[in-house]
Amino acid sequence: MDMLVYIVNDPNIRWIILGCMLLGLSSGVIGSFMVLQQKSLIGDALAHAALPGICIAFMLLGVKSTAGFLIGALIAGMLATVGIRWITEHSRIKQDAAMGIVLSFFFGIGVLLLTRIQHSGNGGQSGLDKFLFGQAASMMRQDLYLLTGISIVLIAVCILLFKQFKLVSFDRGFAKGLGWPVVWLEQIILLLTVFVVVAGIQAVGVVLMSALLITPAVAARYWTDRLHIMIILAGIFGAVSGAAGTVSSSMVSQLPTGPVTVLAATLIFAISALFAPRRGWLARLWQHRRNRLEWNNKGGVSHEQ
Amino acid sequence: MNKKPVNMPDHTAVSPLHAQGITVAYHKQPVVQNVSFKLDEGRLVALIGPNGAGKSTLLKAMLGLVPAIRGEVSVYGQPYASQRKRIGYVPQRESVDWDFPTNALDVVLMGTYGRLGWFRRPGRQEREIAIESLSKVGMADYANRQISQLSGGQQQRVFLARALAQQADLYLMDEPFAGVDAATEKAIITLLEQLKQQGKTVLVVHHDLSTVEAYFDDVLLLNRELIAAGPVEMVFNTEMLQRTYGGRLTFLQDSGSMIMTGK
Repeated sequence: MDMLVYIVNDPNIRWIILGCMLLGLSSGVIGSFMVLQQKSLIGDALAHAALPGICIAFMLLGVKSTAGFLIGALIAGMLATVGIRWITEHSRIKQDAAMGIVLSFFFGIGVLLLTRIQHSGNGGQSGLDKFLFGQAASMMRQDLYLLTGISIVLIAVCILLFKQFKLVSFDRGFAKGLGWPVVWLEQIILLLTVFVVVAGIQAVGVVLMSALLITPAVAARYWTDRLHIMIILAGIFGAVSGAAGTVSSSMVSQLPTGPVTVLAATLIFAISALFAPRRGWLARLWQHRRNRLEWNNKGGVSHEQ
Repeated sequence: MNKKPVNMPDHTAVSPLHAQGITVAYHKQPVVQNVSFKLDEGRLVALIGPNGAGKSTLLKAMLGLVPAIRGEVSVYGQPYASQRKRIGYVPQRESVDWDFPTNALDVVLMGTYGRLGWFRRPGRQEREIAIESLSKVGMADYANRQISQLSGGQQQRVFLARALAQQADLYLMDEPFAGVDAATEKAIITLLEQLKQQGKTVLVVHHDLSTVEAYFDDVLLLNRELIAAGPVEMVFNTEMLQRTYGGRLTFLQDSGSMIMTGK
Protein backbone atom coordinates (compact mmCIF):
# COMPACT_ATOMS: atom_id res chain seq x y z
CA MET A 1 0.00 0.00 0.00
CA ASP A 2 2.83 2.38 0.91
CA MET A 3 4.35 1.44 -2.40
CA LEU A 4 1.19 2.45 -4.24
CA VAL A 5 1.10 5.82 -2.49
CA TYR A 6 4.72 6.32 -3.42
CA ILE A 7 3.96 5.53 -7.05
CA VAL A 8 1.03 7.87 -7.26
CA ASN A 9 3.05 10.65 -5.66
CA ASP A 10 6.08 10.22 -7.88
CA PRO A 11 5.54 12.55 -10.84
CA ASN A 12 7.94 10.55 -13.00
CA ILE A 13 6.04 7.34 -12.55
CA ARG A 14 2.76 9.17 -13.04
CA TRP A 15 4.00 10.32 -16.43
CA ILE A 16 5.11 6.83 -17.33
CA ILE A 17 1.75 5.36 -16.35
CA LEU A 18 0.05 7.97 -18.49
CA GLY A 19 2.34 7.08 -21.40
CA CYS A 20 1.60 3.39 -21.13
CA MET A 21 -2.10 4.09 -20.97
CA LEU A 22 -1.86 6.15 -24.15
CA LEU A 23 0.08 3.33 -25.76
CA GLY A 24 -2.54 0.77 -24.74
CA LEU A 25 -5.31 3.04 -25.98
CA SER A 26 -3.69 3.56 -29.39
CA SER A 27 -2.82 -0.07 -29.91
CA GLY A 28 -6.32 -1.15 -28.89
CA VAL A 29 -7.87 1.22 -31.44
CA ILE A 30 -5.64 0.42 -34.41
CA GLY A 31 -5.44 -3.25 -33.39
CA SER A 32 -9.24 -3.49 -33.79
CA PHE A 33 -8.94 -2.72 -37.49
CA MET A 34 -6.05 -5.17 -37.89
CA VAL A 35 -7.99 -7.95 -36.17
CA LEU A 36 -11.13 -7.28 -38.24
CA GLN A 37 -9.09 -7.33 -41.44
CA GLN A 38 -7.77 -10.72 -40.28
CA LYS A 39 -4.27 -9.32 -40.27
CA SER A 40 -3.56 -9.83 -36.56
CA LEU A 41 -0.13 -11.29 -37.14
CA ILE A 42 1.02 -8.39 -39.30
CA GLY A 43 1.42 -6.40 -36.09
CA ASP A 44 3.63 -9.17 -34.71
CA ALA A 45 5.73 -9.21 -37.88
CA LEU A 46 6.07 -5.41 -37.76
CA ALA A 47 7.18 -5.45 -34.13
CA HIS A 48 9.80 -8.12 -34.71
CA ALA A 49 10.96 -6.41 -37.89
CA ALA A 50 11.42 -3.14 -36.02
CA LEU A 51 14.27 -4.54 -33.91
CA PRO A 52 17.00 -4.67 -36.61
CA GLY A 53 15.81 -1.28 -37.87
CA ILE A 54 16.29 0.22 -34.43
CA CYS A 55 19.69 -1.45 -33.96
CA ILE A 56 20.98 -0.19 -37.33
CA ALA A 57 19.72 3.30 -36.53
CA PHE A 58 21.62 3.18 -33.24
CA MET A 59 24.81 1.91 -34.90
CA LEU A 60 24.67 4.64 -37.53
CA LEU A 61 23.86 7.49 -35.15
CA GLY A 62 25.83 6.26 -32.14
CA VAL A 63 23.17 7.64 -29.78
CA LYS A 64 19.71 6.73 -28.64
CA SER A 65 17.44 8.86 -30.77
CA THR A 66 13.71 8.32 -30.85
CA ALA A 67 13.35 9.93 -34.27
CA GLY A 68 16.18 7.77 -35.62
CA PHE A 69 14.59 4.64 -34.16
CA LEU A 70 11.27 5.55 -35.70
CA ILE A 71 12.77 5.92 -39.17
CA GLY A 72 14.81 2.71 -38.79
CA ALA A 73 11.77 0.75 -37.62
CA LEU A 74 9.66 2.24 -40.39
CA ILE A 75 12.10 1.18 -43.11
CA ALA A 76 12.52 -2.29 -41.59
CA GLY A 77 8.74 -2.65 -41.26
CA MET A 78 8.24 -1.66 -44.87
CA LEU A 79 10.90 -4.12 -46.02
CA ALA A 80 9.22 -6.85 -43.98
CA THR A 81 5.75 -6.22 -45.44
CA VAL A 82 7.19 -6.02 -48.95
CA GLY A 83 9.06 -9.29 -48.27
CA ILE A 84 5.87 -11.00 -47.07
CA ARG A 85 3.98 -9.83 -50.13
CA TRP A 86 6.80 -10.86 -52.48
CA ILE A 87 6.97 -14.37 -51.05
CA THR A 88 3.19 -14.91 -51.25
CA GLU A 89 3.01 -13.59 -54.81
CA HIS A 90 6.01 -15.42 -56.20
CA SER A 91 5.63 -18.82 -54.59
CA ARG A 92 3.02 -21.25 -53.35
CA ILE A 93 3.77 -20.27 -49.76
CA LYS A 94 0.72 -18.99 -47.90
CA GLN A 95 0.69 -15.70 -46.03
CA ASP A 96 0.97 -17.15 -42.52
CA ALA A 97 4.06 -19.15 -43.45
CA ALA A 98 5.57 -16.17 -45.28
CA MET A 99 5.02 -14.05 -42.17
CA GLY A 100 6.69 -16.69 -40.04
CA ILE A 101 9.75 -16.74 -42.30
CA VAL A 102 10.13 -12.96 -42.53
CA LEU A 103 9.35 -12.32 -38.86
CA SER A 104 11.92 -14.78 -37.55
CA PHE A 105 14.55 -13.69 -40.09
CA PHE A 106 14.26 -10.04 -39.07
CA PHE A 107 14.17 -10.92 -35.40
CA GLY A 108 17.28 -13.10 -35.79
CA ILE A 109 19.18 -10.25 -37.40
CA GLY A 110 17.91 -7.91 -34.70
CA VAL A 111 19.20 -10.12 -31.89
CA LEU A 112 22.57 -10.49 -33.65
CA LEU A 113 22.94 -6.73 -33.98
CA LEU A 114 21.77 -6.23 -30.42
CA THR A 115 24.48 -8.56 -29.14
CA ARG A 116 27.09 -6.65 -31.14
CA ILE A 117 25.92 -3.35 -29.69
CA GLN A 118 25.98 -4.74 -26.15
CA HIS A 119 29.63 -5.72 -26.57
CA SER A 120 30.67 -2.44 -28.15
CA GLY A 121 31.91 0.62 -26.24
CA ASN A 122 28.73 2.55 -25.62
CA GLY A 123 26.48 -0.49 -25.48
CA GLY A 124 26.00 -0.07 -21.75
CA GLN A 125 24.10 3.20 -21.96
CA SER A 126 22.13 2.26 -25.04
CA GLY A 127 19.42 0.56 -23.02
CA LEU A 128 18.66 -1.40 -26.12
CA ASP A 129 18.53 -4.65 -24.17
CA LYS A 130 15.28 -3.36 -22.71
CA PHE A 131 13.76 -3.44 -26.18
CA LEU A 132 13.22 -7.20 -26.05
CA PHE A 133 10.81 -7.34 -23.13
CA GLY A 134 10.22 -3.68 -22.41
CA GLN A 135 11.02 -1.44 -19.48
CA ALA A 136 8.59 1.40 -19.13
CA ALA A 137 10.73 2.99 -16.41
CA SER A 138 13.45 3.63 -18.98
CA MET A 139 11.12 5.92 -20.91
CA MET A 140 12.11 9.53 -20.90
CA ARG A 141 10.10 12.71 -21.16
CA GLN A 142 10.64 12.95 -24.91
CA ASP A 143 9.40 9.38 -25.39
CA LEU A 144 6.22 10.44 -23.67
CA TYR A 145 5.83 13.43 -25.97
CA LEU A 146 6.24 11.08 -28.90
CA LEU A 147 3.62 8.69 -27.51
CA THR A 148 1.20 11.52 -26.89
CA GLY A 149 1.72 12.88 -30.38
CA ILE A 150 1.24 9.48 -31.98
CA SER A 151 -1.91 8.80 -29.96
CA ILE A 152 -3.47 12.11 -30.93
CA VAL A 153 -2.66 11.66 -34.63
CA LEU A 154 -3.86 8.06 -34.59
CA ILE A 155 -7.16 8.79 -32.91
CA ALA A 156 -7.78 11.82 -35.13
CA VAL A 157 -7.12 9.79 -38.28
CA CYS A 158 -9.34 6.96 -37.07
CA ILE A 159 -12.20 9.40 -36.38
CA LEU A 160 -11.80 11.23 -39.70
CA LEU A 161 -11.47 8.09 -41.79
CA PHE A 162 -13.79 5.90 -39.69
CA LYS A 163 -16.18 5.33 -42.60
CA GLN A 164 -13.31 4.37 -44.90
CA PHE A 165 -11.54 2.11 -42.40
CA LYS A 166 -14.83 0.38 -41.59
CA LEU A 167 -15.73 -0.39 -45.19
CA VAL A 168 -12.18 -1.43 -46.13
CA SER A 169 -12.14 -3.80 -43.15
CA PHE A 170 -15.58 -5.26 -43.88
CA ASP A 171 -15.75 -5.39 -47.67
CA ARG A 172 -12.58 -4.44 -49.49
CA GLY A 173 -14.01 -5.25 -52.93
CA PHE A 174 -17.02 -3.00 -52.48
CA ALA A 175 -14.79 -0.14 -51.28
CA LYS A 176 -12.65 -0.62 -54.38
CA GLY A 177 -15.78 -0.61 -56.52
CA LEU A 178 -16.64 2.82 -55.10
CA GLY A 179 -13.34 4.00 -56.49
CA TRP A 180 -11.69 4.46 -53.10
CA PRO A 181 -7.89 4.12 -52.92
CA VAL A 182 -8.17 0.92 -50.92
CA VAL A 183 -4.47 0.08 -51.05
CA TRP A 184 -3.60 3.52 -49.70
CA LEU A 185 -6.17 3.24 -46.93
CA GLU A 186 -4.71 -0.12 -45.93
CA GLN A 187 -1.23 1.40 -46.00
CA ILE A 188 -2.41 4.19 -43.67
CA ILE A 189 -3.69 1.59 -41.19
CA LEU A 190 -0.39 -0.27 -41.50
CA LEU A 191 1.62 2.93 -41.04
CA LEU A 192 -0.33 3.85 -37.90
CA THR A 193 0.37 0.34 -36.63
CA VAL A 194 4.11 0.80 -37.24
CA PHE A 195 3.99 4.09 -35.30
CA VAL A 196 2.30 2.41 -32.35
CA VAL A 197 4.70 -0.51 -32.48
CA VAL A 198 7.77 1.73 -32.48
CA ALA A 199 6.39 3.89 -29.71
CA GLY A 200 5.47 0.82 -27.72
CA ILE A 201 8.60 -1.24 -28.11
CA GLN A 202 10.41 0.54 -25.31
CA ALA A 203 7.55 0.00 -22.90
CA VAL A 204 6.37 -3.48 -23.88
CA GLY A 205 9.19 -4.94 -25.98
CA VAL A 206 9.24 -6.34 -29.50
CA VAL A 207 8.37 -9.86 -28.41
CA LEU A 208 5.07 -9.00 -26.78
CA MET A 209 4.01 -5.86 -28.62
CA SER A 210 1.60 -7.77 -30.83
CA ALA A 211 -0.38 -8.94 -27.79
CA LEU A 212 -1.27 -5.32 -27.05
CA LEU A 213 -2.55 -4.95 -30.61
CA ILE A 214 -4.56 -8.16 -30.73
CA THR A 215 -5.78 -9.07 -27.24
CA PRO A 216 -7.70 -5.90 -26.26
CA ALA A 217 -9.46 -5.88 -29.66
CA VAL A 218 -10.47 -9.53 -29.42
CA ALA A 219 -11.66 -9.04 -25.82
CA ALA A 220 -13.71 -5.98 -26.84
CA ARG A 221 -15.45 -7.91 -29.63
CA TYR A 222 -17.12 -10.10 -26.97
CA TRP A 223 -19.07 -7.22 -25.46
CA THR A 224 -20.61 -5.54 -28.47
CA ASP A 225 -21.89 -5.89 -32.01
CA ARG A 226 -21.16 -2.27 -32.93
CA LEU A 227 -17.80 -1.36 -34.44
CA HIS A 228 -17.33 2.02 -32.78
CA ILE A 229 -18.12 0.60 -29.34
CA MET A 230 -15.72 -2.27 -29.96
CA ILE A 231 -12.96 0.21 -30.80
CA ILE A 232 -13.63 2.38 -27.75
CA LEU A 233 -13.68 -0.68 -25.50
CA ALA A 234 -10.46 -2.01 -27.05
CA GLY A 235 -8.85 1.35 -26.32
CA ILE A 236 -10.00 1.22 -22.69
CA PHE A 237 -8.86 -2.39 -22.26
CA GLY A 238 -5.47 -1.49 -23.75
CA ALA A 239 -5.12 1.53 -21.47
CA VAL A 240 -6.01 -0.49 -18.36
CA SER A 241 -3.50 -3.19 -19.34
CA GLY A 242 -0.80 -0.58 -19.89
CA ALA A 243 -1.44 1.01 -16.52
CA ALA A 244 -1.48 -2.37 -14.74
CA GLY A 245 1.81 -3.35 -16.37
CA THR A 246 3.55 -0.13 -15.41
CA VAL A 247 2.29 -0.02 -11.86
CA SER A 248 3.32 -3.58 -11.09
CA SER A 249 6.69 -3.31 -12.76
CA SER A 250 7.52 -0.17 -10.83
CA MET A 251 6.58 -1.89 -7.58
CA VAL A 252 8.88 -4.84 -8.17
CA SER A 253 12.40 -3.95 -9.24
CA GLN A 254 13.73 -5.59 -12.40
CA LEU A 255 10.25 -6.76 -13.36
CA PRO A 256 9.86 -6.03 -17.08
CA THR A 257 6.73 -4.13 -18.10
CA GLY A 258 5.87 -6.13 -21.20
CA PRO A 259 4.94 -9.48 -19.68
CA VAL A 260 2.87 -7.90 -16.92
CA THR A 261 1.01 -5.71 -19.43
CA VAL A 262 0.30 -8.72 -21.58
CA LEU A 263 -0.87 -10.76 -18.60
CA ALA A 264 -3.26 -7.96 -17.64
CA ALA A 265 -4.62 -7.84 -21.20
CA THR A 266 -5.01 -11.61 -21.23
CA LEU A 267 -6.89 -11.51 -17.93
CA ILE A 268 -9.33 -8.99 -19.44
CA PHE A 269 -9.69 -11.29 -22.43
CA ALA A 270 -10.39 -14.32 -20.21
CA ILE A 271 -13.03 -12.40 -18.25
CA SER A 272 -14.64 -11.26 -21.52
CA ALA A 273 -14.62 -14.72 -23.06
CA LEU A 274 -16.24 -16.18 -19.95
CA PHE A 275 -18.70 -13.56 -18.79
CA ALA A 276 -19.63 -11.34 -21.73
CA PRO A 277 -23.39 -11.26 -22.37
CA ARG A 278 -24.55 -13.26 -25.42
CA ARG A 279 -21.13 -14.02 -26.90
CA GLY A 280 -19.41 -15.18 -23.71
CA TRP A 281 -19.00 -18.83 -22.83
CA LEU A 282 -21.38 -18.78 -19.85
CA ALA A 283 -24.05 -16.88 -21.78
CA ARG A 284 -23.85 -19.41 -24.61
CA LEU A 285 -24.06 -22.30 -22.16
CA TRP A 286 -27.08 -20.69 -20.50
CA GLN A 287 -28.76 -20.05 -23.85
CA HIS A 288 -28.12 -23.64 -24.91
CA ARG A 289 -29.69 -25.01 -21.73
CA ARG A 290 -32.69 -22.73 -22.03
CA ASN A 291 -33.25 -23.77 -25.63
CA ARG A 292 -33.21 -27.39 -24.59
CA LEU A 293 -35.63 -26.81 -21.73
CA GLU A 294 -38.00 -24.86 -23.94
CA TRP A 295 -37.88 -27.61 -26.53
CA ASN A 296 -38.67 -30.29 -23.94
CA ASN A 297 -41.54 -28.28 -22.39
CA LYS A 298 -43.09 -27.76 -25.78
CA GLY A 299 -43.24 -31.53 -25.97
CA GLY A 300 -41.38 -31.62 -29.24
CA VAL A 301 -39.71 -34.76 -30.36
CA SER A 302 -39.06 -36.95 -27.35
CA HIS A 303 -37.62 -40.33 -27.97
CA GLU A 304 -37.34 -41.71 -24.46
CA GLN A 305 -39.83 -41.62 -21.61
CA MET B 1 -43.13 -12.35 -68.50
CA ASN B 2 -42.64 -9.45 -70.84
CA LYS B 3 -39.30 -9.71 -72.56
CA LYS B 4 -39.49 -6.34 -74.28
CA PRO B 5 -37.87 -3.33 -72.62
CA VAL B 6 -40.78 -1.57 -70.96
CA ASN B 7 -39.73 2.01 -70.86
CA MET B 8 -36.53 3.72 -71.74
CA PRO B 9 -36.32 7.13 -70.06
CA ASP B 10 -33.10 7.88 -71.83
CA HIS B 11 -33.54 8.12 -75.56
CA THR B 12 -29.90 8.22 -76.46
CA ALA B 13 -28.50 5.05 -77.95
CA VAL B 14 -25.55 5.08 -75.56
CA SER B 15 -24.91 1.67 -74.05
CA PRO B 16 -24.94 1.43 -70.23
CA LEU B 17 -21.99 -0.96 -70.40
CA HIS B 18 -19.63 -1.41 -73.29
CA ALA B 19 -16.67 -3.76 -72.89
CA GLN B 20 -13.96 -3.91 -75.51
CA GLY B 21 -11.35 -6.66 -75.66
CA ILE B 22 -11.12 -7.41 -71.95
CA THR B 23 -8.33 -9.85 -71.14
CA VAL B 24 -7.41 -10.98 -67.63
CA ALA B 25 -4.57 -13.31 -66.67
CA TYR B 26 -3.55 -14.91 -63.38
CA HIS B 27 0.06 -16.06 -63.24
CA LYS B 28 0.38 -15.62 -67.01
CA GLN B 29 -2.60 -17.94 -67.58
CA PRO B 30 -5.38 -16.14 -69.43
CA VAL B 31 -8.67 -16.51 -67.52
CA VAL B 32 -10.71 -14.15 -69.62
CA GLN B 33 -9.73 -13.60 -73.21
CA ASN B 34 -10.62 -10.72 -75.47
CA VAL B 35 -14.23 -10.27 -74.33
CA SER B 36 -16.25 -7.55 -76.05
CA PHE B 37 -19.96 -6.84 -75.69
CA LYS B 38 -22.48 -4.04 -75.44
CA LEU B 39 -25.53 -4.03 -73.17
CA ASP B 40 -28.82 -2.39 -74.08
CA GLU B 41 -30.48 -0.12 -71.59
CA GLY B 42 -33.31 -1.43 -69.41
CA ARG B 43 -32.49 -5.10 -69.87
CA LEU B 44 -31.90 -7.91 -67.41
CA VAL B 45 -28.80 -9.73 -68.61
CA ALA B 46 -27.47 -13.10 -67.42
CA LEU B 47 -23.78 -13.88 -67.62
CA ILE B 48 -23.51 -17.67 -67.74
CA GLY B 49 -20.86 -20.27 -68.33
CA PRO B 50 -19.28 -23.31 -66.65
CA ASN B 51 -17.23 -23.17 -63.44
CA GLY B 52 -13.87 -21.57 -64.07
CA ALA B 53 -15.18 -19.81 -67.18
CA GLY B 54 -14.14 -16.46 -65.69
CA LYS B 55 -17.62 -15.04 -65.05
CA SER B 56 -16.79 -13.45 -61.70
CA THR B 57 -13.35 -12.46 -62.94
CA LEU B 58 -14.86 -10.64 -65.92
CA LEU B 59 -17.25 -8.79 -63.62
CA LYS B 60 -14.44 -7.84 -61.23
CA ALA B 61 -12.20 -6.76 -64.08
CA MET B 62 -14.89 -4.43 -65.38
CA LEU B 63 -15.20 -2.93 -61.89
CA GLY B 64 -11.44 -2.57 -61.61
CA LEU B 65 -11.21 -5.05 -58.72
CA VAL B 66 -8.78 -7.30 -60.58
CA PRO B 67 -6.35 -5.84 -63.08
CA ALA B 68 -7.15 -6.44 -66.74
CA ILE B 69 -4.04 -6.71 -68.91
CA ARG B 70 -5.98 -5.34 -71.84
CA GLY B 71 -9.37 -3.88 -72.57
CA GLU B 72 -11.58 -0.84 -72.19
CA VAL B 73 -14.85 -0.41 -70.34
CA SER B 74 -17.16 2.49 -70.95
CA VAL B 75 -20.33 3.21 -69.00
CA TYR B 76 -23.00 5.32 -70.66
CA GLY B 77 -20.46 6.31 -73.25
CA GLN B 78 -17.98 7.67 -70.71
CA PRO B 79 -14.78 6.13 -69.35
CA TYR B 80 -15.57 3.75 -66.50
CA ALA B 81 -13.75 5.69 -63.75
CA SER B 82 -15.86 8.82 -64.23
CA GLN B 83 -19.13 6.88 -63.98
CA ARG B 84 -18.60 4.96 -60.74
CA LYS B 85 -21.53 6.67 -59.00
CA ARG B 86 -23.90 5.23 -61.61
CA ILE B 87 -22.84 1.65 -60.90
CA GLY B 88 -24.22 -0.55 -58.14
CA TYR B 89 -22.28 -3.65 -57.17
CA VAL B 90 -23.38 -6.82 -55.35
CA PRO B 91 -20.34 -8.97 -54.49
CA GLN B 92 -20.52 -12.66 -53.70
CA ARG B 93 -21.88 -13.22 -50.23
CA GLU B 94 -18.91 -15.39 -49.23
CA SER B 95 -16.46 -12.58 -49.96
CA VAL B 96 -16.90 -10.99 -46.53
CA ASP B 97 -16.75 -12.06 -42.88
CA TRP B 98 -20.35 -11.93 -41.61
CA ASP B 99 -19.16 -11.92 -38.02
CA PHE B 100 -18.10 -8.30 -38.50
CA PRO B 101 -19.48 -6.10 -35.69
CA THR B 102 -22.29 -4.32 -37.51
CA ASN B 103 -26.02 -4.59 -38.25
CA ALA B 104 -28.06 -4.84 -41.45
CA LEU B 105 -28.91 -1.12 -41.61
CA ASP B 106 -25.27 -0.17 -41.23
CA VAL B 107 -24.24 -2.44 -44.12
CA VAL B 108 -26.91 -0.91 -46.34
CA LEU B 109 -25.72 2.57 -45.33
CA MET B 110 -22.36 1.66 -46.87
CA GLY B 111 -24.13 1.94 -50.21
CA THR B 112 -24.47 5.68 -49.63
CA TYR B 113 -20.77 6.19 -48.83
CA GLY B 114 -19.88 6.72 -52.49
CA ARG B 115 -21.93 9.88 -52.84
CA LEU B 116 -21.16 11.14 -49.33
CA GLY B 117 -17.67 12.22 -50.20
CA TRP B 118 -14.57 11.78 -48.13
CA PHE B 119 -15.41 13.07 -44.65
CA ARG B 120 -19.20 13.38 -44.42
CA ARG B 121 -21.04 10.83 -42.35
CA PRO B 122 -24.37 9.27 -43.28
CA GLY B 123 -27.18 11.47 -41.94
CA ARG B 124 -30.96 11.31 -41.81
CA GLN B 125 -31.41 11.37 -45.58
CA GLU B 126 -29.03 8.44 -46.00
CA ARG B 127 -30.80 6.50 -43.26
CA GLU B 128 -34.11 7.00 -45.05
CA ILE B 129 -32.59 5.70 -48.29
CA ALA B 130 -31.15 2.70 -46.44
CA ILE B 131 -34.43 1.82 -44.71
CA GLU B 132 -36.33 2.18 -47.98
CA SER B 133 -33.80 -0.11 -49.68
CA LEU B 134 -34.20 -2.67 -46.92
CA SER B 135 -38.00 -2.65 -47.30
CA LYS B 136 -37.65 -3.19 -51.05
CA VAL B 137 -36.02 -6.53 -50.33
CA GLY B 138 -38.42 -7.33 -47.50
CA MET B 139 -35.82 -6.83 -44.77
CA ALA B 140 -37.08 -3.70 -42.98
CA ASP B 141 -37.83 -5.67 -39.83
CA TYR B 142 -34.22 -6.82 -39.64
CA ALA B 143 -32.58 -3.36 -39.79
CA ASN B 144 -31.07 -3.61 -36.32
CA ARG B 145 -30.17 -7.29 -36.51
CA GLN B 146 -26.49 -8.20 -36.15
CA ILE B 147 -25.49 -9.51 -39.57
CA SER B 148 -24.16 -12.86 -38.32
CA GLN B 149 -27.67 -13.66 -37.03
CA LEU B 150 -29.16 -13.44 -40.52
CA SER B 151 -29.69 -16.47 -42.72
CA GLY B 152 -27.72 -16.80 -45.95
CA GLY B 153 -30.65 -15.59 -48.01
CA GLN B 154 -31.22 -12.62 -45.71
CA GLN B 155 -27.54 -11.69 -45.94
CA GLN B 156 -27.85 -11.78 -49.72
CA ARG B 157 -30.84 -9.47 -49.54
CA VAL B 158 -28.88 -7.06 -47.33
CA PHE B 159 -26.20 -6.93 -50.03
CA LEU B 160 -28.88 -6.23 -52.64
CA ALA B 161 -30.32 -3.47 -50.46
CA ARG B 162 -26.86 -1.93 -50.18
CA ALA B 163 -26.60 -1.85 -53.98
CA LEU B 164 -30.06 -0.22 -54.14
CA ALA B 165 -28.87 2.43 -51.68
CA GLN B 166 -26.20 3.27 -54.23
CA GLN B 167 -29.08 4.57 -56.40
CA ALA B 168 -27.28 3.47 -59.51
CA ASP B 169 -28.38 3.09 -63.13
CA LEU B 170 -26.34 0.01 -63.91
CA TYR B 171 -26.13 -2.93 -61.52
CA LEU B 172 -23.51 -5.67 -61.56
CA MET B 173 -24.39 -8.68 -59.40
CA ASP B 174 -22.09 -11.59 -58.66
CA GLU B 175 -24.12 -14.79 -58.17
CA PRO B 176 -26.97 -13.27 -56.14
CA PHE B 177 -29.01 -16.47 -56.53
CA ALA B 178 -26.28 -18.77 -55.20
CA GLY B 179 -27.46 -20.84 -52.25
CA VAL B 180 -30.51 -18.74 -51.35
CA ASP B 181 -33.90 -19.89 -50.09
CA ALA B 182 -37.09 -19.69 -52.18
CA ALA B 183 -38.30 -16.51 -50.44
CA THR B 184 -35.05 -14.72 -51.27
CA GLU B 185 -35.07 -15.96 -54.84
CA LYS B 186 -38.55 -14.54 -55.25
CA ALA B 187 -37.54 -11.24 -53.61
CA ILE B 188 -34.59 -10.93 -55.98
CA ILE B 189 -36.69 -11.56 -59.10
CA THR B 190 -39.29 -9.01 -58.01
CA LEU B 191 -36.51 -6.54 -57.43
CA LEU B 192 -34.93 -7.20 -60.83
CA GLU B 193 -38.31 -6.61 -62.47
CA GLN B 194 -38.72 -3.34 -60.57
CA LEU B 195 -35.28 -2.16 -61.62
CA LYS B 196 -36.12 -2.98 -65.20
CA GLN B 197 -39.38 -1.01 -64.97
CA GLN B 198 -37.31 1.97 -63.91
CA GLY B 199 -35.16 1.60 -66.99
CA LYS B 200 -32.12 0.32 -65.10
CA THR B 201 -29.77 -2.23 -66.57
CA VAL B 202 -28.71 -5.29 -64.58
CA LEU B 203 -25.93 -7.75 -65.36
CA VAL B 204 -26.15 -10.89 -63.23
CA VAL B 205 -23.60 -13.69 -62.95
CA HIS B 206 -25.89 -16.69 -62.97
CA HIS B 207 -25.36 -20.42 -62.64
CA ASP B 208 -28.82 -21.95 -62.87
CA LEU B 209 -29.55 -22.66 -66.52
CA SER B 210 -33.12 -23.76 -65.82
CA THR B 211 -34.20 -20.25 -64.79
CA VAL B 212 -32.41 -18.19 -67.45
CA GLU B 213 -35.37 -18.07 -69.83
CA ALA B 214 -37.81 -17.11 -67.10
CA TYR B 215 -35.73 -14.39 -65.44
CA PHE B 216 -33.65 -12.69 -68.11
CA ASP B 217 -34.00 -10.76 -71.38
CA ASP B 218 -30.47 -11.14 -72.70
CA VAL B 219 -27.69 -13.58 -72.12
CA LEU B 220 -23.91 -13.58 -72.36
CA LEU B 221 -22.35 -17.03 -72.77
CA LEU B 222 -18.79 -17.14 -71.51
CA ASN B 223 -16.11 -19.78 -71.43
CA ARG B 224 -12.93 -17.73 -71.13
CA GLU B 225 -13.95 -16.22 -74.44
CA LEU B 226 -17.36 -14.81 -75.18
CA ILE B 227 -19.20 -17.59 -77.04
CA ALA B 228 -22.38 -15.68 -77.79
CA ALA B 229 -24.36 -12.63 -76.72
CA GLY B 230 -27.91 -11.57 -77.46
CA PRO B 231 -31.58 -11.93 -76.56
CA VAL B 232 -32.40 -15.15 -74.71
CA GLU B 233 -34.74 -16.44 -77.42
CA MET B 234 -32.02 -16.13 -80.05
CA VAL B 235 -28.88 -17.18 -78.20
CA PHE B 236 -29.99 -19.48 -75.41
CA ASN B 237 -30.24 -22.69 -77.40
CA THR B 238 -28.79 -26.18 -77.32
CA GLU B 239 -26.12 -25.50 -79.88
CA MET B 240 -24.72 -22.44 -78.12
CA LEU B 241 -24.88 -24.12 -74.73
CA GLN B 242 -23.02 -27.12 -76.11
CA ARG B 243 -20.35 -24.79 -77.39
CA THR B 244 -20.13 -23.04 -74.03
CA TYR B 245 -20.24 -26.02 -71.72
CA GLY B 246 -18.70 -28.62 -74.02
CA GLY B 247 -19.22 -32.17 -72.88
CA ARG B 248 -20.14 -31.06 -69.39
CA LEU B 249 -23.75 -30.43 -70.26
CA THR B 250 -26.44 -33.04 -69.67
CA PHE B 251 -29.96 -32.76 -70.92
CA LEU B 252 -32.95 -34.25 -69.22
CA GLN B 253 -36.30 -34.35 -70.89
CA ASP B 254 -38.80 -33.71 -68.13
CA SER B 255 -42.54 -33.26 -68.75
CA GLY B 256 -42.02 -31.25 -71.87
CA SER B 257 -39.55 -28.75 -70.46
CA MET B 258 -35.86 -29.08 -70.85
CA ILE B 259 -33.74 -29.07 -67.72
CA MET B 260 -30.12 -28.45 -68.28
CA THR B 261 -27.36 -28.79 -65.79
CA GLY B 262 -23.93 -27.46 -66.48
CA LYS B 263 -21.24 -28.78 -64.23
